[in-house]
Amino acid sequence: MDAEVTGGAARGREFDIEFDLIIAAIYRLYHYDFRDYAAASLRRRLRAAMTRFECRTLSQLQDRILHEPDMFRPLLDFLTVQVSEMFRDPGYFRALREQVIPILRTYPSLKVWVAGCSSGEEAYSLAILLHEEGLLNKTMVYATDINPQTLQTAAAGVYDLSRIAGFTANHHKSGARSSLSDYYTAAYGRAVFDKSLKDHIVFSDHSLATDSVFAEVQLVSCRNVLIYFNRTLQDRALALFREALCRQGFLGIGARESLRFSSEAERFLNFVPEERIYQKR
Amino acid sequence: MRSLEQIEAVVIGASAGGIEALSVVLPALPPTVGVPVFIVVHLPRDKPSVLADIFGRKCALPVREAQDKEAVAGGTIYFAPANYHLLLDAGPQLALSADDPVHHSRPSVDVLFESAAEIYKDRLLGIILTGANEDGALGLAAVHDAGGITMVQEPATATAPSMVLAAMKLRPVDWVLPLEKIADVLRTLN
Repeated sequence: MDAEVTGGAARGREFDIEFDLIIAAIYRLYHYDFRDYAAASLRRRLRAAMTRFECRTLSQLQDRILHEPDMFRPLLDFLTVQVSEMFRDPGYFRALREQVIPILRTYPSLKVWVAGCSSGEEAYSLAILLHEEGLLNKTMVYATDINPQTLQTAAAGVYDLSRIAGFTANHHKSGARSSLSDYYTAAYGRAVFDKSLKDHIVFSDHSLATDSVFAEVQLVSCRNVLIYFNRTLQDRALALFREALCRQGFLGIGARESLRFSSEAERFLNFVPEERIYQKR
Repeated sequence: MRSLEQIEAVVIGASAGGIEALSVVLPALPPTVGVPVFIVVHLPRDKPSVLADIFGRKCALPVREAQDKEAVAGGTIYFAPANYHLLLDAGPQLALSADDPVHHSRPSVDVLFESAAEIYKDRLLGIILTGANEDGALGLAAVHDAGGITMVQEPATATAPSMVLAAMKLRPVDWVLPLEKIADVLRTLN
């Protein structure tokens, strides 16, 4: 029992060292910067990758990352991809619809930034909402992510038909003015979202850890991304959002995220506190 | 037997019948307890959790819903929010994630226990209560493998025993006790 216990603790310390090393290796060789990601989730994702690629240790995984260039893409999926839903947290979209849209309506043209868009569910949700409110024609949605593979998936706008029932229920609860089925064509077990939405969305590669601001926008939606960052990187991302936003522009974050601990907090007003929608001062 | 004196944190996982079980266990914690308690209960994902409100009224210790990046305070009971995993990170501080459900569950008991075992190592007490799936078995194994103490509700007394039985199948469990006895043990915590 004692030997096993010591072994367990030692494995923990070795993992900590290997964790720092593989993150440094990924940064130096592939220029993806995970150094300021929240460690707990990243460790869990790396452990899942070890299982998937049948590596007994993180060092073995690191060896493959360094010497087999084809290995990096699949690993990046483990480190970055998360599956969202369309209209996840319908209350958030309802608050945008009822409280933010009336102000966005006053601008001659609109730019919206979906930061960390993953496979695109949130970007399409916003495009649908803007269409319902008659604003999509004067809007461009910039949806960004660091994973090129995911961006391709997002740009294709094809989702498994089995997920559509959940999306439809969420859409309805968001105060929908149309039917979700107006926006996709179902075929072969999949739903393909319309070109009329895609014409107003630009999917592009952008890192909140290493890139800078690319446009002035009226709304930033970045939900359940900041929880994966440590405080330093959260502050960097929030500073980018503040720079990108026009005066009195809006920022929406995840239901369990907050600006409270950030150095950027005083630059924003709580606009709809219960839905985590902020307004730049 | 490893001693309760080494314990600096407690993790609890429960599913079907969990609220009733926790109603026996948590109010037993005296206000003098100094270790933090982290809890995952499986609940419907689309409703905000009211666990912190329910147990706040019943418990001597402060009860809170876990916030991302909040520093862990001693003598506090933390519940995972609905639709997020709760993890422990270095500091120690709380961390939330929106990663995929594990065993169809978000929050997942495995995710909490495994991350807590990495942070607290042999200073962790892991407890699995009643529940109808297998979430928590790998988590309790991680607590055991890191040198922590493991405890489960006696399966015959559980509303749904499968969660406990799944955990007992993976590793030997230090204590198998009915709820009242689990409450007695928790009264002696640091």
